[in-house]
Amino acid sequence: MMVSATLSKASLCCVASFQRLALFVALALSPTALNAELLPKVHFLIPAGPGGGWDGTARGTGEALVKSGLVTDVSYENLSGGGGGRAIAKLIETANRQHFTLMISSTPLVVRSLQGIFPQNFRDLEPIASVIADYGCFAVKADSAIKDFADVVARMRDNPRSIKVAGGSVKGSTDHFVFAKAVALADINPRQTVYVAYDGGGKAMAGLLTGETELLSTGLSEAIDMARQGEIRIIGITATERLHDAPELPTLNEQGFPVEFANWRGFFAAPGLPKERYQKMQYTLRKVVETDAFDTVRARNQWTQLYHEGSAFTDFLVEQERDIGNLMRELGFLR
Amino acid sequence: MIDGLLIGLGTVLVPENLLLVLAGCAIGTLIGMLPGLGPISAIALMIPVTYGLDPASGMILLAGVYYGAIFGGSTSSILINAPGIAGTVATAFDGYPLARSGLAGKALAIAAYSSFAGGTLAAMFLVMSAPWLSDIALGFQSADYFLLMLLGLTLVSAFASRGEYLKALVMTCIGLMLATVGTDLTAGVQRFTFGRSDLIDGISFLVLAMGTFALSEAMMMAMSRDDTELSDLQSRLRNTNMKVSRREAAELAPVIGRSSVLGFLIGTLPGAGATIASFLAYGAERRMAPTSVEQADKSSEDTPFGEGNIRGLAAPESANNAACTGSFVPLLTLGIPGSGTTAVLLGALIAYGIQPGPRLFIDEPGVFWAVIISMYIGNVFLLVLNLPLIPWIARLLTIPRNYLIPIIVFFSMMGVYLVSFNTFDIQLMVIIACIAVVLRKLSFPMAPLLLGFILGGMLEDNLRRAITLSDGSWSFLWDRPITLSLTILTVVALLSPALHISWQKLRGVL
Repeated sequence: MMVSATLSKASLCCVASFQRLALFVALALSPTALNAELLPKVHFLIPAGPGGGWDGTARGTGEALVKSGLVTDVSYENLSGGGGGRAIAKLIETANRQHFTLMISSTPLVVRSLQGIFPQNFRDLEPIASVIADYGCFAVKADSAIKDFADVVARMRDNPRSIKVAGGSVKGSTDHFVFAKAVALADINPRQTVYVAYDGGGKAMAGLLTGETELLSTGLSEAIDMARQGEIRIIGITATERLHDAPELPTLNEQGFPVEFANWRGFFAAPGLPKERYQKMQYTLRKVVETDAFDTVRARNQWTQLYHEGSAFTDFLVEQERDIGNLMRELGFLR
Repeated sequence: MIDGLLIGLGTVLVPENLLLVLAGCAIGTLIGMLPGLGPISAIALMIPVTYGLDPASGMILLAGVYYGAIFGGSTSSILINAPGIAGTVATAFDGYPLARSGLAGKALAIAAYSSFAGGTLAAMFLVMSAPWLSDIALGFQSADYFLLMLLGLTLVSAFASRGEYLKALVMTCIGLMLATVGTDLTAGVQRFTFGRSDLIDGISFLVLAMGTFALSEAMMMAMSRDDTELSDLQSRLRNTNMKVSRREAAELAPVIGRSSVLGFLIGTLPGAGATIASFLAYGAERRMAPTSVEQADKSSEDTPFGEGNIRGLAAPESANNAACTGSFVPLLTLGIPGSGTTAVLLGALIAYGIQPGPRLFIDEPGVFWAVIISMYIGNVFLLVLNLPLIPWIARLLTIPRNYLIPIIVFFSMMGVYLVSFNTFDIQLMVIIACIAVVLRKLSFPMAPLLLGFILGGMLEDNLRRAITLSDGSWSFLWDRPITLSLTILTVVALLSPALHISWQKLRGVL
């Protein structure tokens, strides 16, 4: 692969063909690369248009599959509509033709099933594995008087409306949930707090920087670089323990607020396929997350590794569905 | 700063990077010409290619693609009334009528010159003021965005043709109403989705613009039976002359200057963007145009706005390009993406291991200045690349209409589908187009609908944010100096026609 990397620098238009050539040579030289346990080809079903988080994760995983030589025949299909519901319906309806299909999804799958945006939930599909996660985090401006989450709680005990909280998505989305869960643990009624919804993480960040809001609840990947530049300070993340990649960030857990939340992204397959087919899918994903190529993609996007497969993934989903469902009921989004 | 410029020039002016600017512009123009496929798709497609390049070269290529795509978008707006991207919708208002009247070559040439001038002027503003412009962008809060959108809405009177104010107002209201469809940001509930999950994200602007413009235009063409007029048109369309007279150039220069400044300033705000900039520039120019009586005295050659006025074409084109350059200010100096396109660009920068932000031009002066210089060079390349091609592109219109109509229908449907990969959008577009044909037959204008739609969503979100932030009080309207000045400006804009009339009455009495 080094060969192709050097070549691509020299000639732009030939990148693709050279990569394929290099790959072909690599495969010809090492027949062990073709493992019987791996899927012979992978088709990624992406329930959204090109350019978003789902698209990036599926294509990133595909890139790692190809570059590491695990699977060379990789294709992609974008099918948006209905907040992802259209792709789910297609996967179920055409299950007998989807032997090589992996559908990407993430936490909104759980949230939208609960909201009834689509009638199916993850039990109607075959959960294969989660591959990455983005933890939630709370951030303040660098010069803010707020030092940790206890400061937020102290001020909100006096007046729950005193701190305006920005989030990059609608009320009732994960940015909102994570904050609601954290204050609820401190016996503050989340329904009395002020959550200000912005259209996208970038605009929410701008809202924090203009000073119209004091606290930002967002995904860690959207905030970590601004924090490293010293523009903002992250006062708590929703991982259980400090992260290997960013040990300087305090967890909410260690501050006495056991909020654990991972916005996972993972893959699902059509229901009712032979069991050995699912095992091959799991094995393929387990192998790919171990590759250097996947590490490169992961680091590039500031994703944290979160690998659960098969029944462990299903258990994780059941637990998350229960947590989020309870919270949505508390907040009045579900009856 | 001079050092920085030299670093940037040194990086860009090597054959390899110049080639990348050229390649980027060419690829971007081609992709942008396809209706619906704008800079987001073009850049997303090119990002994997840039991973093999060093960061400066990668950004140079992507900046070229960005400008090319915007420029390409205006071509389809002008020729087939199918706006390639949201930012070029306003270009179609006068560009398309101009092309239909047999001046396609000239319309394309004016678009090219205006884009070039807008982009170049904005690149200069960027060089001079990027570091402190970020402070202005950070001075703008939700209350200010609300008033900016409100100020934009007062322009609606400018979009009405003579005596059709009520119709324009009705269309604006319909636009505002359509903007409420989808998930409400502030409360998180669904509105007017009729239980359809396809509507939870609201109606896409592209679907609405393509339905009301491209598709309904194709239907109107198919319905018109006046063949004599058409064959006459065919012969006129063979005229691909692209000459702009000296008088016209002198008339356009101030328009381009004003629109570039306006476009650039609006582009630097993370919550506004190129589409709003082009609408506001068009509206402002149209409002400034002399009223019909005065016009008759001045020159009878002037075509009214909306029927092929060259100023109505130059204003949105230069504002659009200037705003795209302006949107690099919050991206490069704050690390905040203000639009979908700059969000994709931010992703690319981070992938190169570069975090945009206040430290970018200290830590990575090579990248920072190379991007700025490549914008300037990209604009030059676009002009050089496209001017010789205009006569050929303009010939598209000489295709007989039994072929042209299916081509328009095909490209508009494909463009809408390729953005969302959802057939519901195509169905919705067809329904919108059918309604639009009826409304157009009754001479309801379509532009105010789009203005209401595009401003409506942001108007509401920002107003509700501002009210939430001030705990339900309306004091945000005058609490801060920026907001207060915008409030006064809006009130003046609303009252000015009334004031004008009463002043004239007063003068008559005296």
